[in-house]
Order: sequence, then C-alpha cells, then structure tokens
Amino acid sequence: MQQIFNFLIRNKNTIIFLLLLVFSIFLTIQSHSYQKSKFISSANFLTGGIYSWTSDINSYFHLEEYNQRLLEENKQLRAKMANLDDTLNTMDILKISDSLYNETYTYRTAAVINNNYARIDNYLTLDKGRKAGISKDMGVVTSQGIVGIVENVSRNYATVISILNSNSRINAQLKKSNHFGSLVWNGEDPNIAQLTDVPSQARVAEGDTIMTGGRSLIFPKGIPIGTIEEFSLNPNQSYYNINVRLFNDMTNIGYVYVINHNKKEEIRELENTTNDE
Amino acid sequence: MNNVVISNTLRFIFLILLQVLLLNNINFLGYVNPYLYLLFILLFPFNASQTLLLFLSFLLGLGVDLFEDSGGINAAACLVVAYIRPAILRFSFGVSYDYQTIKFSSTPLGSRISYIAIIVFVHHLILFSLEIFSFAHLLLLLKKTLYSGIFSVILIFLSLALFSRKPK
Repeated sequence: MQQIFNFLIRNKNTIIFLLLLVFSIFLTIQSHSYQKSKFISSANFLTGGIYSWTSDINSYFHLEEYNQRLLEENKQLRAKMANLDDTLNTMDILKISDSLYNETYTYRTAAVINNNYARIDNYLTLDKGRKAGISKDMGVVTSQGIVGIVENVSRNYATVISILNSNSRINAQLKKSNHFGSLVWNGEDPNIAQLTDVPSQARVAEGDTIMTGGRSLIFPKGIPIGTIEEFSLNPNQSYYNINVRLFNDMTNIGYVYVINHNKKEEIRELENTTNDE
Repeated sequence: MNNVVISNTLRFIFLILLQVLLLNNINFLGYVNPYLYLLFILLFPFNASQTLLLFLSFLLGLGVDLFEDSGGINAAACLVVAYIRPAILRFSFGVSYDYQTIKFSSTPLGSRISYIAIIVFVHHLILFSLEIFSFAHLLLLLKKTLYSGIFSVILIFLSLALFSRKPK
C-alpha cells in the first residue's frame, strides 16, 4: 500500500498530464463527430457575451455595406413581387388559400457574432438562441446564399456548423435539371465548395447555378448556393466532381436568416412509421 | 510572491482575450494565425510547481477552445507543451536550469531562440494534427505548422522585446 502511494506521489505530474490529455482528446473527438451536442461550445453565457459585445463595435464599421445588401435584396424581392402580382391578376379565378395560417417555413433574423473560415471544421456563433425560437437543425442563409445549419443552442446564443466544415453535407441540385448531389468542403478555399454524387447523366456546364435541393427538411428548395467553376468525371465515370464558387462571401457575413421547416416533425413521424412497417 | 501571482493571472486573461478577439481573425494568406498565448507557458516562473503549470496550461487551452468551438485541441497541445517544458528548458539552458538560477531576460539569445522555437513548433504540430484529424491533408498540416510557427515565433520575440524590463 505504502509503495502504491509513493508511486502515485512520485508520478503525480505524469498522471495528471495523462488524465487531462485523455479528457482533451475526448473533447476533440467529440468535436469531430457530426451532429452531437457538445458541452464545450461558444454558445454559452461567457463567450457569447464577449463575442456579442465585440461584434456590436465591429458592426458599425460595416453599416454601409449591410445597407447596400439590404437594398439589393429589396430590389430583387420587389421585382419578384411585381411578377407575382401580374400572374395572380391574370388568374383571378384561382382561389388563394390563406398562407399565413399554413406556412411551411418560418424565417427569423439573427446577427453573426463570430465567424471562422480558416480551419477545416468551421463554426459561426449567432446572437439569438432558444429564447428567440431557434433550435437545432434549422437552416441558416443570407440573401445571397446558404451559410450552414444550427448545431448547438443555448438560451441566448446558437452555434452554426458552416458549409465550410468537413462534416457538413447539404443536399443540392442543378438549377436547370433535377439531378441531385451533396455539397461538401475539402478544407482548402473558403470561396469554393465541392458538389459530389451528381450522376454522369446530368448535363453540366461551367457557370451553371447550383441551388438547394429541398430533399432535406432543413432548407427550402431553390436557395442559391453558387456557380460551377470546373468539373470532372470521377475515375469510374459514374459521378461528377464539381467545384462550386459560392455566391456568399463566407469570410464576411453580417446578418442571417434562420429558417425553420414547420412541418418537420410531421414528416419525420410519417417517415418513421412507414419505415417501421 | 504576490506580485508574480497577480502578473501571471493578468497575463493569463489578457492573452486569451487577445488570442480569440484579435489574433484568430488575422488569417494571413487564408489560414496563417499566430498563437501568442503560448507566452504564458513560456514565461511561467521556472521554479514554480509543475503540477500547477499543467493545470493552468490546460485551462488556458480550454479557454481558447471555448471561444473557437474547436473541442479540446488547444487544451491538448498546451498540456503536452507544459509537460515537456522542463526537458526543453534543460536542453536549451543546460546546467543553469537545474540550479533554478536563470533569469529569462539574461539568457543568451541562442538558447532563448531554441527554447521558444521548440515549444512553438511542438505546440503547433499537435494543435494542427488534432484540428485536421486526418492523414489526407498531410501537406496542409505541414504548411500550416511551418507558416503559423514562424509567425508565432516572430510575434513572441517582438512582444518579449517590447514588454521586457531593461536589466539595470
């Protein structure tokens, strides 16, 4: 017994070192596994508070740019609305159901208070959390394109797994045909993401637009992602590997929309009961 | 003694905030960032308890991880560096370390460079291996370690030159 104690005391530094090392490796492995709640994340009172404080100061320097973006978005929305009014007027026989009580997607606004893009696994932090109705697995977009998916939520803050994250996989499709693929990132250029698994039957050309596919319950169909920069067939000629230049400048994101699919639970439930049978 | 405790506490807090609010946003050439918070481990009193250093280094790294959403990569890298610090000190400063008589500012430049460079590169190698976490990006790992390492070493020397008290 005495010897065991002596051994422990003599090697206490090594033992403490090993214990703490195992703990930090555990945290690291946990951070590399996708879609798992972590207990070390920047969505907490302390780090969230400090980040929102600094981003308050920082956002003043970008006000003009944000205004520009809002003007641009307003212009697009107005153009869309004008077209829509025209079509609605010409088909006045058609009854429009009241979409307010039955809307599929809810949009919420939030500000980005921290944004990473230089690592392999990047995250963003938002200044709104559970209190503002944000929950896990909601989609995050800007007026220009998609940003990521909500991962951890605290009372006042949320972390978002960026599309610039090696664990991120987002369903995407070509705009001109219905061929689907997965949007991933290889960790190199923050302006270029990769679209994989597009079947070789699809007609692909440089400059084509890529948008979200609407197969997942996270993003609505048709949110722009980027344009095709270059493409090649994979070695066994069955799928394309496509480099996509993102519309969004991921290094400069100020305000975002958080999208909730209101019928997510209903669809999941239905799919689960179908699978069980 | 009290003075040492206070200065190290302040340094601990200041370096974490400086790292996460300013230095992590430099992203020179897209991915090169200096890791100045290593100064805490480098300058931690040589005659203080090794156990204390291990704990504080772990907390230092974990503090940075908390802000970066990076799991425990900084904590692990700091911990390893803190654990091997006595060996590196002995290697760089030779016999004088064993008698605990060295003053950091009065050591020869060569030993200081080797001490800082070894700690920085060991730290960066562990940090980036854990961050990238796959063998597929070996080249990226080496590039990041080299560039960020050089950046860190330069910045550490500059801040040491700026803030060190002149020997009277």
